[in-house]
Amino acid sequence: MKQMRDSEAAKQSSSDMSTTGRMDVAASLGSHGREIPETISNVVFGLDNVQVFYGDFQAVRDVSMQIGRNEITAFIGPSGCGKSTLLRSFNRMNDLIPGARVAGSLTYHGYDVYAPNVDPIEVRRRIGMVFQKPNVFPKSIYENVAYGPKVNKMKVNMDDLVEECLTRAALWDEVKDDLKKSAYALSGGQQQRLVIARCIAVKPDVILMDEPCASLDPIATAKVEDLMQELANDYTIVIVTHNMQQAARVSDRTAFFTADVDSAGVRHGRLVEYGPTRSIFTAPNDPRTEDYISGRFG
Amino acid sequence: MTATIATTPSPAPESTLEGHGQPLIDKTFRWILFAATAVGIVFLAVLIVYVTLKGLPRLTPALWQNMPSIRNPDTAGAQSAITGTIWVMAFTALTALPVGILSAVYLEEFGNAKSRFQRVVDINIQNLAAVPSVVFGILGLAIIARAFQLGQTVITAGLTLGLLVLPVVIISTRESLRAVPQNIRHGSLALGATQWQTTWKQTMPAAIPGMATGTILALSRAIGEAAPLLLLGAVSFISFNPTGPFSAYTTMPIQIFNWTKDPREEFQILAAALIVLLLVLLLAMNAVAILIRNRTQRRW
Ligand SMILES: Nc1ncnc2c1ncn2[C@@H]1O[C@H](COP(=O)(O)OP(=O)(O)OP(=O)(O)O)[C@@H](O)[C@H]1O
Ligand SMILES: [Mg+2]
Repeated sequence: MKQMRDSEAAKQSSSDMSTTGRMDVAASLGSHGREIPETISNVVFGLDNVQVFYGDFQAVRDVSMQIGRNEITAFIGPSGCGKSTLLRSFNRMNDLIPGARVAGSLTYHGYDVYAPNVDPIEVRRRIGMVFQKPNVFPKSIYENVAYGPKVNKMKVNMDDLVEECLTRAALWDEVKDDLKKSAYALSGGQQQRLVIARCIAVKPDVILMDEPCASLDPIATAKVEDLMQELANDYTIVIVTHNMQQAARVSDRTAFFTADVDSAGVRHGRLVEYGPTRSIFTAPNDPRTEDYISGRFG
Repeated sequence: MTATIATTPSPAPESTLEGHGQPLIDKTFRWILFAATAVGIVFLAVLIVYVTLKGLPRLTPALWQNMPSIRNPDTAGAQSAITGTIWVMAFTALTALPVGILSAVYLEEFGNAKSRFQRVVDINIQNLAAVPSVVFGILGLAIIARAFQLGQTVITAGLTLGLLVLPVVIISTRESLRAVPQNIRHGSLALGATQWQTTWKQTMPAAIPGMATGTILALSRAIGEAAPLLLLGAVSFISFNPTGPFSAYTTMPIQIFNWTKDPREEFQILAAALIVLLLVLLLAMNAVAILIRNRTQRRW
């Protein structure tokens, strides 16, 4: 039941994109030329009243949404509204933060991610993550990519897999002659692409990206964006971004979050609006969404 | 097109840039700091020069080729003490390194830092590191030598010195583990690695330089220890190399101690020569530790 996307068309449009002005958010829209239905037929993640706590502090309250297969979903919203927190709850990375707790129901292909018999290791193998700061391992480029398949005991031809992943991450040509070199010798943009290569090497089903371009220059950003378009043929991608143009350019659906201040003065993140990117950016229902995407948000 | 920027010269400052010179307090304080540093360095230098000059006549291969002798001060050497030190240090390392590194990994990577148990352990390790070595000697004598009946042997000395440096090994290993950025662990776990795989394949390799530095420094503390071994009864005259873990032994600091007790001038010179050898060994170990640290400094 895979929604196929024409990768050629995606590539074509992403190169077209660079000629269109990037400044105008609306102008960036619809570049991947795919109709996004209002409702999601092939659900990967189902969230029902998801709440995330850090100790007593409720960072995210009552998020209900669905994430569609082979779609790129963008999370946008002001700083501190809980985008990263929610993203980390998808692959149980929040388990690593002492005191963090998830309530409500979060399902992955219908399975409760937080059921007692679920192994977080198994969850994370299927749901990969790219962090805001490139976190390459202090090892060679080759070992960085080979690490995931090795720890997961995947039976593959490692040389081929490394080449394949680096090629898909648009990094192969730049590093093919020094795979033995330390990954620390790469530039920030190259490191981020290496991290993406490392992530797809374990053949995940979903890739979560938390501001993957935050530390990149426009050229590296464009490369990573092209890469996302290309990867969306096979993967489901959820991306957190502060860049409105980026959300408009790459995503199929956009979720806008904000933080409400309760009576005690505590800020809780909540989902304001979620829908196809085109409608969020051209005809938002909520005035807060409109203010935020047009840069009028406080 | 070149932009023309109006270049009106900024007005000259009203006062000159001359300061009022360093206030007296500032200068005095610098001198006090310098003097304090100098005292330590000069003292050490004098000591080293004095010992070296005194021991020079006996700093010959005979020092490590010959066995100690009471009757022949002219030909006596310290071979049994040098081999004894090597044996004892080997067992010290065998005790302190595995136990120390494993406990540090447990406390840092697997334990819950907030638990009551861990806080108690933390405080105890800090305190143990400050316990005088004599106390470890008493412990070794009562428990290892007598209760376990291991007697006055290489293994007793190794276990005792191992316990002595254990807290230092734990503390320095924990520090080097803590220096590994959290996002490397998270990167590994996010790929579906288990915590054990993450620790073994990412965190520990990244921490090895720090661990090596810390453990070498810890061992260099043990190598110069005489007090606990004296309490363990290692004062007898030994003129043979250890033959195994259950062999009797002597070590360099103990040999130095024995020689300095002897009023004959030849033994005083011999002691000085052996002190120089011990110092060279210590400096070499510290140099290796510093070298490892500098070579592998990472830019995270
Ligand atoms: N490890 C943590 N422990 C306690 N509170 C946390 C932790 N991480 C985040 N928070 C809090 O949770 C709230 C949401 O943080 P989060 O990082 O998810 O926001 P965000 O939307 O990703 O912001 P940004 O856009 O700046 O990355 C914030 O109030 C933050 O202070
Ligand atoms: Mg964030």
